Amino acid sequence: MSEVQSQSGPVLAADGSPLKVSIARALRRRKIRALLLTAPLFLFILITFIAPIADMLFRSVENNIVPDTLPQTVQTLENWDSTSGDLPGEETFKALHSDLLIAVEKKIHTRLGSRLNYEQPGISSMFRKTGRRVDDMVEGGYKAQFIKIDKDWGNVDVWRTIKRFSGDYTAGYFLSAVDAEPTADGVQMKPENERIYLFLLGRTMILSIVITSSCILLGYPVAYILANLPLRTSNILMILVLLPFWTSLLVRTSSWIVLLQQQGVINDLLVSLGILDDQNRLQMMYNEFGTLIAMTHILLPFMILPLYSVMKTVPPSYVRAAKSLGASDWTAFWRVYFPNTIPGIGAGAVLVFILSIGYYITPELVGGTSGIFISNRIAYHISSSLNWGLAAALGTMLLALVMVLYYIYDKIVGIDNVKLG
Amino acid sequence: MSGLPPYASSGQIAWYYGFRTICALIFMFLIMPILVIIPLSFNAENFFTFTKEMLALDPDGYSLKHYKDFFTNNDWQTALANSVRIAPMATILATSFGTLAAIGLSQSYMPFRSVVMAVMISPMIVPLIISAAGMYFFYSRIGLQGTYWGVVLAHAALGTPFVIITVTATLVGFDKSLVRAASNLGAGPIRTFFKVQMPLILPGVISGALFAFITSFDEVVVVLFIGSASQKTLPWQMFTGLREQISPTILAVATVLVTISIILLVTLELLRRRSERLRGMSPG
Repeated sequence: MSEVQSQSGPVLAADGSPLKVSIARALRRRKIRALLLTAPLFLFILITFIAPIADMLFRSVENNIVPDTLPQTVQTLENWDSTSGDLPGEETFKALHSDLLIAVEKKIHTRLGSRLNYEQPGISSMFRKTGRRVDDMVEGGYKAQFIKIDKDWGNVDVWRTIKRFSGDYTAGYFLSAVDAEPTADGVQMKPENERIYLFLLGRTMILSIVITSSCILLGYPVAYILANLPLRTSNILMILVLLPFWTSLLVRTSSWIVLLQQQGVINDLLVSLGILDDQNRLQMMYNEFGTLIAMTHILLPFMILPLYSVMKTVPPSYVRAAKSLGASDWTAFWRVYFPNTIPGIGAGAVLVFILSIGYYITPELVGGTSGIFISNRIAYHISSSLNWGLAAALGTMLLALVMVLYYIYDKIVGIDNVKLG
Repeated sequence: MSGLPPYASSGQIAWYYGFRTICALIFMFLIMPILVIIPLSFNAENFFTFTKEMLALDPDGYSLKHYKDFFTNNDWQTALANSVRIAPMATILATSFGTLAAIGLSQSYMPFRSVVMAVMISPMIVPLIISAAGMYFFYSRIGLQGTYWGVVLAHAALGTPFVIITVTATLVGFDKSLVRAASNLGAGPIRTFFKVQMPLILPGVISGALFAFITSFDEVVVVLFIGSASQKTLPWQMFTGLREQISPTILAVATVLVTISIILLVTLELLRRRSERLRGMSPG
């Protein structure tokens, strides 16, 4: 063979080019074709999904509003020493006057006011008040005129806040998201009674852990019986798992509202059985219990399905072998069967946990005030308080947490092995 | 598990029945909340609970008035119309992009496979509230917030991972020599795709499309942020209904949705069996 080759030189393809080159070219063409097939979706996801996420990450640190609205003021503030305790000089107030004239014209001074109000309450009304009168100001002595309109302009803290947020980027939102605040003496935690986000994050984590554990507890026996019954029976019982899985989230949440509310089915049943007095109906909704039970029900199929598919692969002969070697039922289960199902528990648990820490709808509807999650706070900041930066910072934190968990999930199961239904 | 051996001890017998009782209770927990709303949706009163007449099976205790309200009330009908306009469009986008990408991804020559896969699956992994927040910020920048296409694009993005997963799963069992045989016999790539590959992966494509459809049809978090009042969908209307003025019409809507889920579930099961039969596997 090698003799033949050495005689005729390199092997040639049909078109006369060396075979190696020809194969490389064909391979390259196939790679390009595969890439072209995935390109439309890749671009689609990039624009409709990845760009929004990137925008959120950007918004959690961006702070253009101060330098955009008050460009000249920010410039003059660079020379001002905020630790001196003196007010900025006349040139800053002059710059502020000309900046505000433009801002009032464009009607953007109130936006700046509400932005800075997150950092120091009272600034919003100060800007609105000043905006109404800035047209009537006369030239010269701006400092005195501003302080006459609102005495807060003479407050050094106000100017410190403006200077602190005059950069293009800020860590302020992240600091608020972990209940800290920048003060004159560096970053400090907020007073104990104002810390809400770490507390909410803690509650989200604890409730998610409890939900995940109850899913394991309830899902394991069901997956076991489904995997070990004859196929015909287990297929029928599987419907009882798949139907809730396929039913709309809102349908399931509304059923829990019907069941749990004070005039609801469970309370009525307990009262008519004489277990409960009509006056002492149980409060099972609008608290942690409501969130807990409704979410366990909603996420249980996500635990049962991966567990079931793992249990299906455990050969029944293992347990029989253990028993024939003298193991009791319990030992055969605990030492042989159970260790084989741990990957399923891991996969299901991480999946349920990831899903539950980002839940919004169910806690919003049945959680009341004591059963809400960090995601409800994010939604509140987007639609009610309009503090988008803080919402973005909280979202970024939650996203980072999910990514870590997802990495673990990928290590345990592998994302390619996700199966549905 | 299939039956007790004749030599089982009394402890084993007790555990056997005890375990089955526990499982029966968990199955009850899974299915009862869904079943309980069906009779309640025929309640003649505006209550969320069983009345005395209903328990006595008195026909006067039952009525179709909540269904009538659903089919005549303007709010509900607009919501239904919006859902019907948004979900199929999102499904078409998600299914066509997703199927193409899944075929590309399943080729062994695909470069950067894991990165591309991670990007394409990401809408399924990122919590909905974060997707909703990001889309709200970004779509308001580019003027898509509060528009029909904004909602459709967002829903299509959320649905594609499901299409990719189901189609990739069908492609795993796909015999590549069939494609080679087709091109050997002179068929071009496009003809091969429609005449050979497509009919074989069709069950996967359809179940992916069903997943994409139900994702859009049931989705509420993203539409709450991206949509404006004129894109109010059925789940959105249910959400506001549950939060503000609880009316039993919601139970009638819920029953209709459960019926749709049952139809989808049956369709998927039939597709799965067909796909396995086509590939020569035993149904199971």
